[in-house]
Amino acid sequence: MSGLSDAALEHLRRLAAEPEADGEGGFRYALREEVGRGGMGVVYRARDRELGRDVALKALPAPADPALVERLQREARILARLDHPGVVPVHDAGALPDGRPFYVMKLVRGERLDAWARGRALAERLRTFLRVCEPVAFAHARGVVHRDLKPQNVMVGAFGEVLVMDWGVARLRAVAEDDPGVATSSTIHAGETAHGTVLGTPGFMAPEQARGEVHRVDERTDVFALGAILRGLMAGEPHGRALAAVAAKAAAPEPEARYAAVADLAADVQRWLDGEPVSAHRESVAERAGRLYRRYQTPVLLVLAYLLMRVLLLLFQRDG
Amino acid sequence: MSAGAFPETRHSVLAAVRGGDPQARARAAEALAAAYWRPVYTYLRLRWRAAPPDAEDLTQDFFARALERELFARYDPARARLRTWLRTCLDRFVLNRRKAEGRLKRGGGARLLPLDFAGAEGELLRHDPPDPAADPDALFAREWSRSVFSLALERVRARCAAAGKTVPFALFERYDVAGADDPDRPTYAELAAAHGLPVTQVTNHLAAVRRLFRQAVLELLRELSGSDAEYRAEARELLGVDPP
Repeated sequence: MSGLSDAALEHLRRLAAEPEADGEGGFRYALREEVGRGGMGVVYRARDRELGRDVALKALPAPADPALVERLQREARILARLDHPGVVPVHDAGALPDGRPFYVMKLVRGERLDAWARGRALAERLRTFLRVCEPVAFAHARGVVHRDLKPQNVMVGAFGEVLVMDWGVARLRAVAEDDPGVATSSTIHAGETAHGTVLGTPGFMAPEQARGEVHRVDERTDVFALGAILRGLMAGEPHGRALAAVAAKAAAPEPEARYAAVADLAADVQRWLDGEPVSAHRESVAERAGRLYRRYQTPVLLVLAYLLMRVLLLLFQRDG
Repeated sequence: MSAGAFPETRHSVLAAVRGGDPQARARAAEALAAAYWRPVYTYLRLRWRAAPPDAEDLTQDFFARALERELFARYDPARARLRTWLRTCLDRFVLNRRKAEGRLKRGGGARLLPLDFAGAEGELLRHDPPDPAADPDALFAREWSRSVFSLALERVRARCAAAGKTVPFALFERYDVAGADDPDRPTYAELAAAHGLPVTQVTNHLAAVRRLFRQAVLELLRELSGSDAEYRAEARELLGVDPP
């Protein structure tokens, strides 16, 4: 009998813990390899036998903890509420043969935003950033704050499609059950992790979230994370003070100093891409000239060339 | 000692060890020794800081004494888990032995069991050893789970060989055992190419052997548990699942 390494031991433990999803019991999904594991759940690639397609199945790693069960179920409910091309769609939910709750979602194939961005031009990165903003703004309109936005939770597909993932710590504001389009001002605390618990990722977590001030967490908390993501996407590329000011405003320490809504942040990034002045930065005369030059580079150069030609012609005529 | 020492039954080995048939009793005690000798040896090396020759002697003596005095037969499932009880017995045994060290010559114990100490020592050196100051129960439990999984693996290997399923087992061994800490672990497609199979066949083979493995682990847990409650508790602790 050969001894097993720690890694083999852990891998075999996971294999043995997998529910008997194949064959016996008639369970709809055949679990394949593990594709991800986080604090809350394990994600498997699974085969949907009924529809003959691969899906991603997220389940708790172990039964028991009612708080985790509630979080997983809440995440599934939130995802089901967010019917948007930038949010991974949920297909099914239920309990595995061993009792663990699960939900099934589209199997996303793509790259994490930070890996995808390497070697790409700044303008392309910013256009993708705008596509990240869309589902987040959509979620806000439906009363959902993500609370854990970071490059690792954004997937970019082969055709540039963007999916915002991992809504496990998202917070749901009270909405009318029959009208998912309108959020009210009060906040549901049911399903909220313990009041004041810090959830999120350092570096992308807004100060009010890091301090556990749950009552101050709102849409602007996601604006902060988007500002941090934007800053990461700008790194290593010359971008000027205007775009830096946009990221700085988004990731301002105080919520009141940030953009009030994701749409405002996105609008400023779009303005920068279009060569227009951004709301976050008052430009100097030289900056304005430089921006206008970059924006109208071709006509400016044509006019300059024309004027140069006229001057040369005048000089030749005078000499002649 | 091989996994074959375990009776191929879903009944508890502990029931056999306390039964009336002396032959079945001895066989069951040996089966328990097969599951526990490696955790015992590692525990002695790390927790009691015994040198390899001392740990070997103590392991042999502990199981020799256990078999001779029918120690397992005295285990009461209502009072503790077998694993915890055995570790307590071991601690007591070592304490007594150390007290008597001045009077007894080391190495006097009988060598009844063909145990692969060199292999166990090699494993101890090859992998990061657990912190000896860690919770003794956790240390013993980890080595015990290593032992259970190794035995389950041997059981699956034997069953696959008997059923002529050597290719499925080879795939499992390469991908799930050797591949677990291999940075160059082959993909399903590479395994399929290497064995001349369609990728879907590799998926099916792996799924089938994984099921056998899970089944073998649960069987072993059942055999090594003193009661149904203990079996369920062990399965929950080891695998994080409620067994069927």
